[in-house]
Amino acid sequence: MSFLIGEAMTGGYGGADILRGCTIEVDRGEIAVIVGPNGAGKSTAMKAVFGMLNLREGQVRLGDTDITGLSPQDRVKQGMAFVPQTSNVFAGMSVQENLEMGAFLRRDDISVTMEQVFELFPILAEKRAQAAGELSGGQRQQVAVGRALMTQPSVLMLDEPTAGVSPIVMDELFDRILEIRNTGIAILMVEQNARQALNIADRGFVLVTGENRFTDTGEALLANPEVRRSFLGG
Amino acid sequence: MIDILNALALFSNFVIVPALAYGSQLALGALGITLVFGILRFANFAHGDLMAFGTMVVILVTWLFQSWGIGIAPLPTALLALPFGILGAVMIALVADRAVFRFYRKQKSKPIIFVIASVGVMFMLNGIVRFIIGPDDQAFADGARFLITFREFKELTGLGEGIAVRQTQALTVVVAILVVSALFWFLQRTRTGKSMRAYSDNEDLALLSGIDPDRVVLVTWIIAASLAAIAGTLYGLDKSFKPFTYFQLLLPMFAAAIVGGIGQPLGAIVGGFVIAFSEVTITYAYKKFLRYLLPDDMAPDTLVQLLSTDYKFAVSFIILVVVLLVRPTGIFRGKVI
Repeated sequence: MSFLIGEAMTGGYGGADILRGCTIEVDRGEIAVIVGPNGAGKSTAMKAVFGMLNLREGQVRLGDTDITGLSPQDRVKQGMAFVPQTSNVFAGMSVQENLEMGAFLRRDDISVTMEQVFELFPILAEKRAQAAGELSGGQRQQVAVGRALMTQPSVLMLDEPTAGVSPIVMDELFDRILEIRNTGIAILMVEQNARQALNIADRGFVLVTGENRFTDTGEALLANPEVRRSFLGG
Repeated sequence: MIDILNALALFSNFVIVPALAYGSQLALGALGITLVFGILRFANFAHGDLMAFGTMVVILVTWLFQSWGIGIAPLPTALLALPFGILGAVMIALVADRAVFRFYRKQKSKPIIFVIASVGVMFMLNGIVRFIIGPDDQAFADGARFLITFREFKELTGLGEGIAVRQTQALTVVVAILVVSALFWFLQRTRTGKSMRAYSDNEDLALLSGIDPDRVVLVTWIIAASLAAIAGTLYGLDKSFKPFTYFQLLLPMFAAAIVGGIGQPLGAIVGGFVIAFSEVTITYAYKKFLRYLLPDDMAPDTLVQLLSTDYKFAVSFIILVVVLLVRPTGIFRGKVI
Protein backbone atom coordinates (compact mmCIF):
# COMPACT_ATOMS: atom_id res chain seq x y z
CA MET A 1 0.00 0.00 0.00
CA SER A 2 1.24 3.45 -0.83
CA PHE A 3 2.37 6.07 1.66
CA LEU A 4 -0.35 8.55 0.67
CA ILE A 5 -3.58 7.35 -0.84
CA GLY A 6 -6.87 9.02 -1.66
CA GLU A 7 -9.08 6.04 -2.22
CA ALA A 8 -12.36 5.94 -4.16
CA MET A 9 -12.90 9.64 -3.56
CA THR A 10 -16.37 10.96 -4.41
CA GLY A 11 -17.44 14.54 -3.82
CA GLY A 12 -17.54 18.13 -5.06
CA TYR A 13 -18.00 21.71 -3.94
CA GLY A 14 -21.60 21.29 -2.83
CA GLY A 15 -23.40 20.81 -6.15
CA ALA A 16 -22.91 17.81 -8.42
CA ASP A 17 -20.03 15.43 -7.69
CA ILE A 18 -16.87 16.37 -9.52
CA LEU A 19 -14.90 13.34 -8.34
CA ARG A 20 -16.55 9.99 -8.91
CA GLY A 21 -14.69 7.27 -7.13
CA CYS A 22 -11.26 8.37 -8.21
CA THR A 23 -8.14 7.00 -6.56
CA ILE A 24 -4.78 8.78 -6.34
CA GLU A 25 -1.74 7.37 -4.62
CA VAL A 26 1.94 8.11 -4.23
CA ASP A 27 4.84 6.61 -2.33
CA ARG A 28 7.89 8.20 -0.73
CA GLY A 29 10.58 8.97 -3.26
CA GLU A 30 8.06 8.90 -6.09
CA ILE A 31 6.52 11.47 -8.39
CA ALA A 32 2.86 10.96 -9.20
CA VAL A 33 1.31 13.15 -11.86
CA ILE A 34 -2.37 13.76 -12.47
CA VAL A 35 -3.17 14.64 -16.07
CA GLY A 36 -6.33 14.84 -18.11
CA PRO A 37 -8.46 17.19 -20.20
CA ASN A 38 -9.87 20.46 -18.89
CA GLY A 39 -12.64 19.94 -16.37
CA ALA A 40 -11.56 16.38 -15.59
CA GLY A 41 -11.22 17.21 -11.91
CA LYS A 42 -7.42 17.11 -11.74
CA SER A 43 -7.03 20.01 -9.33
CA THR A 44 -10.14 18.93 -7.48
CA ALA A 45 -8.65 15.48 -6.90
CA MET A 46 -5.53 17.06 -5.47
CA LYS A 47 -7.53 19.43 -3.29
CA ALA A 48 -9.54 16.46 -2.03
CA VAL A 49 -6.35 14.69 -1.00
CA PHE A 50 -5.36 17.86 0.86
CA GLY A 51 -8.73 18.24 2.58
CA MET A 52 -9.89 21.34 0.78
CA LEU A 53 -13.18 19.76 -0.16
CA ASN A 54 -15.54 17.46 1.64
CA LEU A 55 -15.65 13.90 0.42
CA ARG A 56 -18.99 12.14 0.36
CA GLU A 57 -17.34 8.78 0.00
CA GLY A 58 -13.86 7.39 0.06
CA GLN A 59 -10.98 8.12 2.37
CA VAL A 60 -7.52 9.60 2.51
CA ARG A 61 -4.74 7.84 4.37
CA LEU A 62 -1.24 9.07 5.15
CA GLY A 63 1.06 6.31 6.34
CA ASP A 64 -1.07 4.26 8.67
CA THR A 65 -3.45 7.05 9.72
CA ASP A 66 -6.81 7.92 8.27
CA ILE A 67 -6.71 11.70 7.71
CA THR A 68 -10.05 12.02 5.89
CA GLY A 69 -11.51 14.19 8.66
CA LEU A 70 -8.55 16.54 9.08
CA SER A 71 -8.55 20.17 7.96
CA PRO A 72 -5.84 21.30 5.52
CA GLN A 73 -4.05 23.07 8.40
CA ASP A 74 -3.95 19.84 10.40
CA ARG A 75 -2.66 17.96 7.37
CA VAL A 76 0.20 20.46 7.18
CA LYS A 77 1.05 19.51 10.76
CA GLN A 78 1.02 15.84 9.66
CA GLY A 79 3.74 16.59 7.12
CA MET A 80 1.85 17.47 3.96
CA ALA A 81 2.77 20.61 2.03
CA PHE A 82 0.71 22.22 -0.68
CA VAL A 83 1.74 24.73 -3.33
CA PRO A 84 -1.33 26.41 -4.84
CA GLN A 85 -1.38 27.27 -8.51
CA THR A 86 -1.85 31.03 -8.07
CA SER A 87 -0.94 33.55 -5.38
CA ASN A 88 1.39 31.02 -3.81
CA VAL A 89 3.89 33.49 -2.35
CA PHE A 90 3.66 36.36 0.13
CA ALA A 91 4.18 39.01 -2.53
CA GLY A 92 4.95 41.87 -0.15
CA MET A 93 7.48 39.95 1.89
CA SER A 94 11.10 39.18 1.13
CA VAL A 95 12.18 35.78 -0.17
CA GLN A 96 13.75 34.96 3.17
CA GLU A 97 10.61 35.97 5.05
CA ASN A 98 8.56 33.77 2.73
CA LEU A 99 10.72 30.83 3.72
CA GLU A 100 10.51 31.77 7.40
CA MET A 101 6.72 31.83 7.16
CA GLY A 102 6.81 28.42 5.52
CA ALA A 103 8.56 27.15 8.64
CA PHE A 104 6.10 28.92 10.95
CA LEU A 105 5.05 25.71 12.69
CA ARG A 106 8.59 24.70 13.48
CA ARG A 107 10.15 25.75 16.74
CA ASP A 108 13.60 24.29 16.08
CA ASP A 109 16.47 25.80 14.12
CA ILE A 110 15.36 26.34 10.54
CA SER A 111 18.65 27.64 9.15
CA VAL A 112 19.77 24.20 7.90
CA THR A 113 16.55 23.69 5.94
CA MET A 114 16.85 27.21 4.56
CA GLU A 115 20.37 26.48 3.38
CA GLN A 116 19.10 23.33 1.68
CA VAL A 117 16.44 25.35 -0.12
CA PHE A 118 19.05 27.88 -1.18
CA GLU A 119 21.23 25.02 -2.46
CA LEU A 120 18.32 23.67 -4.45
CA PHE A 121 17.38 27.12 -5.79
CA PRO A 122 20.61 29.19 -5.79
CA ILE A 123 18.86 32.19 -7.34
CA LEU A 124 16.77 32.54 -4.18
CA ALA A 125 19.88 32.95 -2.03
CA GLU A 126 20.90 35.78 -4.29
CA LYS A 127 17.51 37.47 -4.02
CA ARG A 128 16.79 36.64 -0.41
CA ALA A 129 16.19 40.27 0.57
CA GLN A 130 13.99 41.08 -2.42
CA ALA A 131 10.20 41.09 -2.23
CA ALA A 132 8.78 37.89 -3.72
CA GLY A 133 6.25 39.88 -5.74
CA GLU A 134 9.07 41.55 -7.69
CA LEU A 135 10.52 38.27 -8.97
CA SER A 136 9.91 36.66 -12.37
CA GLY A 137 7.27 33.94 -12.72
CA GLY A 138 9.78 31.09 -12.60
CA GLN A 139 11.58 32.53 -9.58
CA ARG A 140 8.27 33.03 -7.81
CA GLN A 141 7.46 29.35 -8.35
CA GLN A 142 10.80 28.50 -6.79
CA VAL A 143 9.92 30.63 -3.77
CA ALA A 144 6.56 28.86 -3.57
CA VAL A 145 8.14 25.42 -3.67
CA GLY A 146 10.85 26.53 -1.25
CA ARG A 147 8.27 27.83 1.20
CA ALA A 148 6.49 24.47 1.12
CA LEU A 149 9.75 22.58 1.70
CA MET A 150 10.50 24.59 4.83
CA THR A 151 8.16 22.43 6.92
CA GLN A 152 10.32 19.41 5.99
CA PRO A 153 7.24 17.67 4.60
CA SER A 154 6.94 14.00 3.74
CA VAL A 155 4.51 14.84 0.93
CA LEU A 156 4.81 17.77 -1.45
CA MET A 157 1.76 18.63 -3.53
CA LEU A 158 2.08 20.95 -6.51
CA ASP A 159 -0.87 22.39 -8.40
CA GLU A 160 0.37 23.11 -11.94
CA PRO A 161 3.82 24.33 -10.93
CA THR A 162 4.77 25.18 -14.51
CA ALA A 163 1.67 27.20 -15.40
CA GLY A 164 2.72 30.38 -17.16
CA VAL A 165 6.47 29.82 -17.22
CA SER A 166 8.66 29.45 -20.31
CA PRO A 167 9.68 25.95 -21.56
CA ILE A 168 13.28 26.45 -20.40
CA VAL A 169 12.14 27.40 -16.91
CA MET A 170 9.75 24.46 -16.95
CA ASP A 171 12.57 21.97 -17.67
CA GLU A 172 14.61 23.55 -14.93
CA LEU A 173 11.73 23.30 -12.46
CA PHE A 174 11.16 19.64 -13.34
CA ASP A 175 14.86 18.97 -12.72
CA ARG A 176 14.55 20.50 -9.28
CA ILE A 177 11.42 18.48 -8.58
CA LEU A 178 13.37 15.31 -9.46
CA GLU A 179 16.05 16.37 -6.99
CA ILE A 180 13.44 16.87 -4.31
CA ARG A 181 12.03 13.42 -5.04
CA ASN A 182 15.47 11.89 -4.61
CA THR A 183 15.53 13.12 -1.01
CA GLY A 184 12.70 10.69 -0.32
CA ILE A 185 9.73 13.03 -0.43
CA ALA A 186 6.51 11.88 -2.05
CA ILE A 187 5.50 14.33 -4.77
CA LEU A 188 2.01 14.64 -6.15
CA MET A 189 1.36 17.12 -8.89
CA VAL A 190 -1.24 18.23 -11.36
CA GLU A 191 0.14 19.20 -14.74
CA GLN A 192 -1.15 20.90 -17.84
CA ASN A 193 2.05 20.04 -19.72
CA ALA A 194 1.16 16.35 -19.67
CA ARG A 195 3.92 14.97 -21.88
CA GLN A 196 6.81 16.61 -20.06
CA ALA A 197 5.29 15.81 -16.69
CA LEU A 198 4.77 12.11 -17.49
CA ASN A 199 8.41 12.03 -18.58
CA ILE A 200 9.55 12.51 -15.01
CA ALA A 201 6.63 10.70 -13.38
CA ASP A 202 6.92 7.36 -11.61
CA ARG A 203 3.16 7.08 -11.71
CA GLY A 204 0.60 8.78 -13.86
CA PHE A 205 -3.13 9.12 -13.38
CA VAL A 206 -5.23 10.06 -16.36
CA LEU A 207 -8.54 11.44 -15.10
CA VAL A 208 -11.65 11.94 -17.21
CA THR A 209 -14.84 13.39 -15.70
CA GLY A 210 -13.70 12.63 -12.19
CA GLU A 211 -12.85 8.97 -12.82
CA ASN A 212 -9.57 7.13 -13.31
CA ARG A 213 -9.27 6.36 -17.01
CA PHE A 214 -5.67 5.11 -17.12
CA THR A 215 -3.27 4.46 -14.28
CA ASP A 216 0.25 3.31 -14.98
CA THR A 217 3.88 4.32 -14.80
CA GLY A 218 4.68 7.54 -16.60
CA GLU A 219 6.71 5.66 -19.18
CA ALA A 220 3.93 3.20 -19.93
CA LEU A 221 1.35 5.94 -20.30
CA LEU A 222 3.59 7.79 -22.74
CA ALA A 223 3.93 4.59 -24.71
CA ASN A 224 0.21 3.77 -24.64
CA PRO A 225 -1.17 4.64 -28.13
CA GLU A 226 -4.65 5.35 -26.79
CA VAL A 227 -3.37 7.78 -24.17
CA ARG A 228 -1.18 9.44 -26.78
CA ARG A 229 -4.03 9.83 -29.23
CA SER A 230 -6.63 11.10 -26.78
CA PHE A 231 -4.66 13.10 -24.26
CA LEU A 232 -1.21 13.90 -25.54
CA GLY A 233 -2.12 15.14 -29.00
CA GLY A 234 -0.79 12.18 -31.01
CA MET B 1 16.32 89.33 6.40
CA ILE B 2 14.85 89.73 9.87
CA ASP B 3 11.43 89.90 8.23
CA ILE B 4 11.95 86.53 6.62
CA LEU B 5 13.00 85.01 9.93
CA ASN B 6 9.99 86.58 11.60
CA ALA B 7 7.73 85.15 8.92
CA LEU B 8 9.30 81.72 9.38
CA ALA B 9 8.91 81.91 13.14
CA LEU B 10 5.29 82.95 12.76
CA PHE B 11 4.63 80.14 10.27
CA SER B 12 6.32 77.57 12.52
CA ASN B 13 4.36 78.71 15.52
CA PHE B 14 0.94 78.57 13.90
CA VAL B 15 1.40 75.90 11.22
CA ILE B 16 4.40 73.62 11.52
CA VAL B 17 4.36 72.91 15.25
CA PRO B 18 0.59 72.35 15.56
CA ALA B 19 0.48 70.31 12.34
CA LEU B 20 3.33 68.08 13.49
CA ALA B 21 1.47 67.33 16.70
CA TYR B 22 -1.88 66.87 14.97
CA GLY B 23 -0.25 64.77 12.25
CA SER B 24 1.28 62.46 14.84
CA GLN B 25 -2.11 61.97 16.47
CA LEU B 26 -3.76 61.25 13.13
CA ALA B 27 -0.94 58.90 12.16
CA LEU B 28 -1.37 56.82 15.32
CA GLY B 29 -5.13 56.64 14.77
CA ALA B 30 -4.76 55.82 11.07
CA LEU B 31 -2.23 53.09 11.90
CA GLY B 32 -4.89 51.32 13.96
CA ILE B 33 -7.43 51.65 11.15
CA THR B 34 -4.97 50.40 8.56
CA LEU B 35 -3.91 47.40 10.66
CA VAL B 36 -7.50 46.33 11.22
CA PHE B 37 -8.18 46.77 7.52
CA GLY B 38 -5.09 44.80 6.53
CA ILE B 39 -5.76 41.86 8.82
CA LEU B 40 -9.51 41.75 9.40
CA ARG B 41 -10.27 43.23 6.00
CA PHE B 42 -12.88 45.79 6.93
CA ALA B 43 -13.01 49.52 7.60
CA ASN B 44 -13.56 49.84 11.33
CA PHE B 45 -15.89 52.77 11.93
CA ALA B 46 -15.73 52.20 15.67
CA HIS B 47 -12.10 53.28 15.80
CA GLY B 48 -12.83 56.92 16.73
CA ASP B 49 -15.04 55.86 19.60
CA LEU B 50 -12.53 53.24 20.66
CA MET B 51 -10.13 56.17 20.99
CA ALA B 52 -12.74 58.01 23.03
CA PHE B 53 -13.24 55.00 25.28
CA GLY B 54 -9.53 54.55 25.94
CA THR B 55 -9.09 58.25 26.60
CA MET B 56 -12.07 58.23 28.96
CA VAL B 57 -10.42 55.52 31.05
CA VAL B 58 -7.20 57.55 31.08
CA ILE B 59 -9.12 60.63 32.28
CA LEU B 60 -10.90 58.74 35.04
CA VAL B 61 -7.66 57.20 36.29
CA THR B 62 -5.93 60.58 35.98
CA TRP B 63 -8.57 62.15 38.23
CA LEU B 64 -8.15 59.32 40.69
CA PHE B 65 -4.38 59.78 40.77
CA GLN B 66 -4.79 63.53 41.12
CA SER B 67 -7.10 63.02 44.08
CA TRP B 68 -4.48 60.79 45.63
CA GLY B 69 -1.83 63.37 44.95
CA ILE B 70 0.12 61.04 42.68
CA GLY B 71 1.81 62.75 39.77
CA ILE B 72 4.94 62.80 37.67
CA ALA B 73 5.31 66.59 37.32
CA PRO B 74 6.40 68.22 35.13
CA LEU B 75 4.93 65.51 32.88
CA PRO B 76 1.15 65.17 32.77
CA THR B 77 -0.42 62.65 35.14
CA ALA B 78 -2.28 61.23 32.14
CA LEU B 79 0.95 59.58 31.04
CA LEU B 80 0.89 57.55 34.24
CA ALA B 81 -2.74 56.64 33.61
CA LEU B 82 -2.13 55.72 29.96
CA PRO B 83 -1.43 52.01 30.62
CA PHE B 84 -4.85 51.73 32.22
CA GLY B 85 -6.44 53.42 29.22
CA ILE B 86 -4.65 51.00 26.90
CA LEU B 87 -5.86 48.11 29.00
CA GLY B 88 -9.43 49.44 28.93
CA ALA B 89 -9.42 49.97 25.18
CA VAL B 90 -7.94 46.51 24.55
CA MET B 91 -10.55 44.89 26.78
CA ILE B 92 -13.49 46.62 25.12
CA ALA B 93 -12.07 45.86 21.65
CA LEU B 94 -11.73 42.18 22.52
CA VAL B 95 -15.24 42.13 23.98
CA ALA B 96 -16.57 43.71 20.76
CA ASP B 97 -14.66 41.17 18.70
CA ARG B 98 -15.95 38.25 20.75
CA ALA B 99 -19.53 39.51 20.82
CA VAL B 100 -19.84 40.89 17.30
CA PHE B 101 -17.06 40.46 14.76
CA ARG B 102 -16.19 36.85 15.50
CA PHE B 103 -19.70 35.80 14.57
CA TYR B 104 -19.39 37.40 11.13
CA ARG B 105 -15.91 35.95 10.68
CA LYS B 106 -17.31 32.49 11.21
CA GLN B 107 -20.06 33.26 8.71
CA LYS B 108 -17.38 34.48 6.29
CA SER B 109 -19.49 37.59 5.80
CA LYS B 110 -18.66 40.19 3.18
CA PRO B 111 -16.59 43.21 4.28
CA ILE B 112 -19.59 45.52 3.97
CA ILE B 113 -21.41 43.49 6.65
CA PHE B 114 -18.43 43.99 8.95
CA VAL B 115 -18.47 47.72 8.24
CA ILE B 116 -22.14 47.99 9.15
CA ALA B 117 -21.53 45.91 12.28
CA SER B 118 -18.69 48.24 13.20
CA VAL B 119 -21.09 51.17 12.88
CA GLY B 120 -23.25 49.39 15.44
CA VAL B 121 -20.25 48.93 17.74
CA MET B 122 -19.47 52.60 17.18
CA PHE B 123 -22.91 53.66 18.43
CA MET B 124 -22.61 51.35 21.42
CA LEU B 125 -19.25 52.79 22.43
CA ASN B 126 -20.56 56.24 21.71
CA GLY B 127 -23.38 55.69 24.21
CA ILE B 128 -21.20 54.02 26.82
CA VAL B 129 -18.67 56.85 26.81
CA ARG B 130 -21.35 59.55 27.05
CA PHE B 131 -23.11 57.58 29.77
CA ILE B 132 -19.99 57.31 31.91
CA ILE B 133 -18.25 60.63 31.42
CA GLY B 134 -20.88 62.80 29.75
CA PRO B 135 -20.88 64.58 26.39
CA ASP B 136 -19.00 67.67 27.60
CA ASP B 137 -15.47 68.90 27.26
CA GLN B 138 -13.05 67.53 29.84
CA ALA B 139 -9.65 69.03 30.47
CA PHE B 140 -7.20 66.68 32.10
CA ALA B 141 -3.81 68.05 31.13
CA ASP B 142 -1.61 69.04 34.04
CA GLY B 143 2.13 69.42 34.53
CA ALA B 144 4.21 72.06 32.80
CA ARG B 145 2.35 73.92 30.05
CA PHE B 146 5.20 74.93 27.80
CA LEU B 147 8.51 73.57 26.73
CA ILE B 148 9.33 77.03 25.48
CA THR B 149 6.97 79.99 25.57
CA PHE B 150 6.39 82.66 22.98
CA ARG B 151 8.08 85.26 25.15
CA GLU B 152 11.07 83.07 26.01
CA PHE B 153 11.68 82.35 22.36
CA LYS B 154 11.50 86.04 21.49
CA GLU B 155 13.94 86.97 24.22
CA LEU B 156 16.24 84.16 23.26
CA THR B 157 16.41 85.07 19.57
CA GLY B 158 15.55 88.76 19.60
CA LEU B 159 12.95 88.23 16.87
CA GLY B 160 9.60 90.00 16.73
CA GLU B 161 7.80 86.69 16.52
CA GLY B 162 8.14 83.68 18.76
CA ILE B 163 7.63 79.94 18.50
CA ALA B 164 5.79 78.51 21.46
CA VAL B 165 6.04 74.77 21.92
CA ARG B 166 3.56 73.35 24.35
CA GLN B 167 4.69 70.41 26.37
CA THR B 168 1.83 68.29 25.06
CA GLN B 169 2.89 68.95 21.46
CA ALA B 170 6.45 67.85 22.13
CA LEU B 171 5.18 64.89 24.11
CA THR B 172 2.88 63.88 21.24
CA VAL B 173 5.69 63.82 18.72
CA VAL B 174 8.08 61.97 21.03
CA VAL B 175 5.52 59.35 22.02
CA ALA B 176 4.45 58.92 18.40
CA ILE B 177 8.04 58.33 17.29
CA LEU B 178 8.59 55.78 20.08
CA VAL B 179 5.33 53.94 19.42
CA VAL B 180 5.79 53.86 15.65
CA SER B 181 9.38 52.61 15.96
CA ALA B 182 8.27 49.89 18.35
CA LEU B 183 5.43 48.90 16.02
CA PHE B 184 7.68 48.69 12.97
CA TRP B 185 10.28 46.72 14.86
CA PHE B 186 7.52 44.34 15.90
CA LEU B 187 6.09 43.95 12.39
CA GLN B 188 9.46 43.57 10.68
CA ARG B 189 11.48 41.56 13.16
CA THR B 190 9.33 39.37 15.36
CA ARG B 191 7.77 36.06 14.45
CA THR B 192 4.29 37.23 15.44
CA GLY B 193 4.72 40.50 13.56
CA LYS B 194 5.82 38.70 10.42
CA SER B 195 2.93 36.29 10.69
CA MET B 196 0.59 39.30 10.82
CA ARG B 197 2.12 40.69 7.65
CA ALA B 198 1.90 37.28 6.01
CA TYR B 199 -1.76 36.96 7.00
CA SER B 200 -2.46 40.43 5.62
CA ASP B 201 -0.55 39.64 2.42
CA ASN B 202 -2.11 36.27 1.56
CA GLU B 203 -4.60 34.80 3.98
CA ASP B 204 -4.93 31.38 2.30
CA LEU B 205 -1.21 30.83 2.10
CA ALA B 206 -0.83 31.96 5.73
CA LEU B 207 -3.30 29.27 6.73
CA LEU B 208 -1.39 26.72 4.63
CA SER B 209 1.77 27.72 6.49
CA GLY B 210 0.14 26.93 9.81
CA ILE B 211 -0.36 30.53 10.98
CA ASP B 212 -3.13 30.60 13.57
CA PRO B 213 -5.77 33.11 12.39
CA ASP B 214 -7.32 33.55 15.86
CA ARG B 215 -4.00 34.57 17.30
CA VAL B 216 -3.31 37.02 14.49
CA VAL B 217 -6.73 38.61 15.00
CA LEU B 218 -6.19 38.79 18.76
CA VAL B 219 -2.81 40.50 18.43
CA THR B 220 -4.21 42.88 15.82
CA TRP B 221 -6.97 44.05 18.16
CA ILE B 222 -4.52 44.46 21.01
CA ILE B 223 -2.26 46.64 18.89
CA ALA B 224 -5.05 48.63 17.23
CA ALA B 225 -6.76 49.34 20.56
CA SER B 226 -3.47 50.32 22.20
CA LEU B 227 -2.76 52.71 19.35
CA ALA B 228 -6.29 54.11 19.67
CA ALA B 229 -5.89 54.76 23.40
CA ILE B 230 -2.49 56.40 22.90
CA ALA B 231 -3.66 58.55 19.97
CA GLY B 232 -6.82 59.57 21.85
CA THR B 233 -4.93 60.51 25.01
CA LEU B 234 -2.37 62.55 23.10
CA TYR B 235 -5.12 64.34 21.19
CA GLY B 236 -7.02 65.01 24.41
CA LEU B 237 -3.92 66.35 26.14
CA ASP B 238 -3.05 68.55 23.19
CA LYS B 239 -6.57 69.90 22.65
CA SER B 240 -9.32 68.66 24.91
CA PHE B 241 -11.49 65.59 25.32
CA LYS B 242 -15.01 65.66 23.95
CA PRO B 243 -16.66 62.44 22.78
CA PHE B 244 -18.16 64.05 19.67
CA THR B 245 -14.78 65.39 18.52
CA TYR B 246 -13.38 61.88 18.63
CA PHE B 247 -16.19 60.62 16.46
CA GLN B 248 -15.39 63.42 14.02
CA LEU B 249 -11.75 62.38 13.93
CA LEU B 250 -12.83 59.31 11.98
CA LEU B 251 -12.89 61.29 8.74
CA PRO B 252 -9.34 62.69 8.84
CA MET B 253 -8.04 59.35 10.14
CA PHE B 254 -9.66 57.38 7.35
CA ALA B 255 -8.49 59.98 4.86
CA ALA B 256 -4.96 59.55 6.22
CA ALA B 257 -5.10 55.76 5.98
CA ILE B 258 -6.46 55.84 2.43
CA VAL B 259 -4.16 58.60 1.16
CA GLY B 260 -1.18 56.60 2.37
CA GLY B 261 -2.54 53.34 0.96
CA ILE B 262 -4.79 51.39 3.26
CA GLY B 263 -3.23 48.28 4.74
CA GLN B 264 0.23 49.88 4.56
CA PRO B 265 1.49 50.99 7.99
CA LEU B 266 4.03 53.39 6.52
CA GLY B 267 1.28 54.93 4.41
CA ALA B 268 -0.84 55.67 7.48
CA ILE B 269 1.98 57.76 8.95
CA VAL B 270 2.67 59.71 5.76
CA GLY B 271 -1.07 60.10 5.23
CA GLY B 272 -1.51 61.45 8.77
CA PHE B 273 0.97 64.23 8.12
CA VAL B 274 -0.37 64.96 4.64
CA ILE B 275 -3.87 65.46 6.05
CA ALA B 276 -2.69 67.44 9.08
CA PHE B 277 -0.52 69.78 7.06
CA SER B 278 -3.21 70.29 4.42
CA GLU B 279 -5.82 71.06 7.04
CA VAL B 280 -3.65 73.51 8.94
CA THR B 281 -2.10 75.28 5.95
CA ILE B 282 -5.44 75.72 4.20
CA THR B 283 -7.24 77.08 7.25
CA TYR B 284 -4.40 79.35 8.37
CA ALA B 285 -4.80 83.12 7.88
CA TYR B 286 -1.71 84.30 6.03
CA LYS B 287 -2.26 88.05 6.55
CA LYS B 288 0.52 88.64 9.05
CA PHE B 289 2.82 86.13 7.36
CA LEU B 290 2.54 88.01 4.06
CA ARG B 291 2.98 91.38 5.79
CA TYR B 292 6.45 90.26 6.73
CA LEU B 293 7.37 89.04 3.30
CA LEU B 294 5.77 91.56 0.95
CA PRO B 295 6.60 95.25 0.53
CA ASP B 296 4.33 97.51 2.57
CA ASP B 297 2.22 98.69 -0.35
CA MET B 298 1.39 95.12 -1.36
CA ALA B 299 0.46 93.95 2.12
CA PRO B 300 -2.99 92.35 2.15
CA ASP B 301 -5.92 93.85 4.00
CA THR B 302 -7.95 90.67 4.23
CA LEU B 303 -7.15 87.63 6.36
CA VAL B 304 -5.89 85.67 3.32
CA GLN B 305 -7.45 82.54 4.72
CA LEU B 306 -8.34 79.97 2.06
CA LEU B 307 -10.97 78.26 4.19
CA SER B 308 -12.47 79.08 7.55
CA THR B 309 -11.48 76.65 10.31
CA ASP B 310 -15.13 75.67 10.57
CA TYR B 311 -14.63 73.86 7.28
CA LYS B 312 -11.45 72.02 8.20
CA PHE B 313 -13.13 68.65 7.76
CA ALA B 314 -13.91 69.58 4.18
CA VAL B 315 -10.17 69.46 3.53
CA SER B 316 -9.81 65.80 4.47
CA PHE B 317 -13.01 65.05 2.63
CA ILE B 318 -11.79 66.66 -0.59
CA ILE B 319 -8.41 64.92 -0.33
CA LEU B 320 -10.19 61.63 0.28
CA VAL B 321 -12.43 62.01 -2.76
CA VAL B 322 -9.59 63.11 -5.03
CA VAL B 323 -7.37 60.21 -3.95
CA LEU B 324 -10.15 57.69 -4.45
CA LEU B 325 -10.77 59.08 -7.94
CA VAL B 326 -7.19 59.54 -9.09
CA ARG B 327 -5.17 56.91 -7.25
CA PRO B 328 -7.41 54.64 -5.20
CA THR B 329 -4.46 52.59 -3.97
CA GLY B 330 -2.94 55.62 -2.23
CA ILE B 331 0.69 56.71 -2.09
CA PHE B 332 2.13 53.35 -1.02
CA ARG B 333 -0.07 51.12 -3.17
CA GLY B 334 -2.38 49.77 -0.53
CA LYS B 335 -5.53 47.83 -1.17
CA VAL B 336 -8.45 49.30 -3.06
CA ILE B 337 -11.53 49.77 -0.91
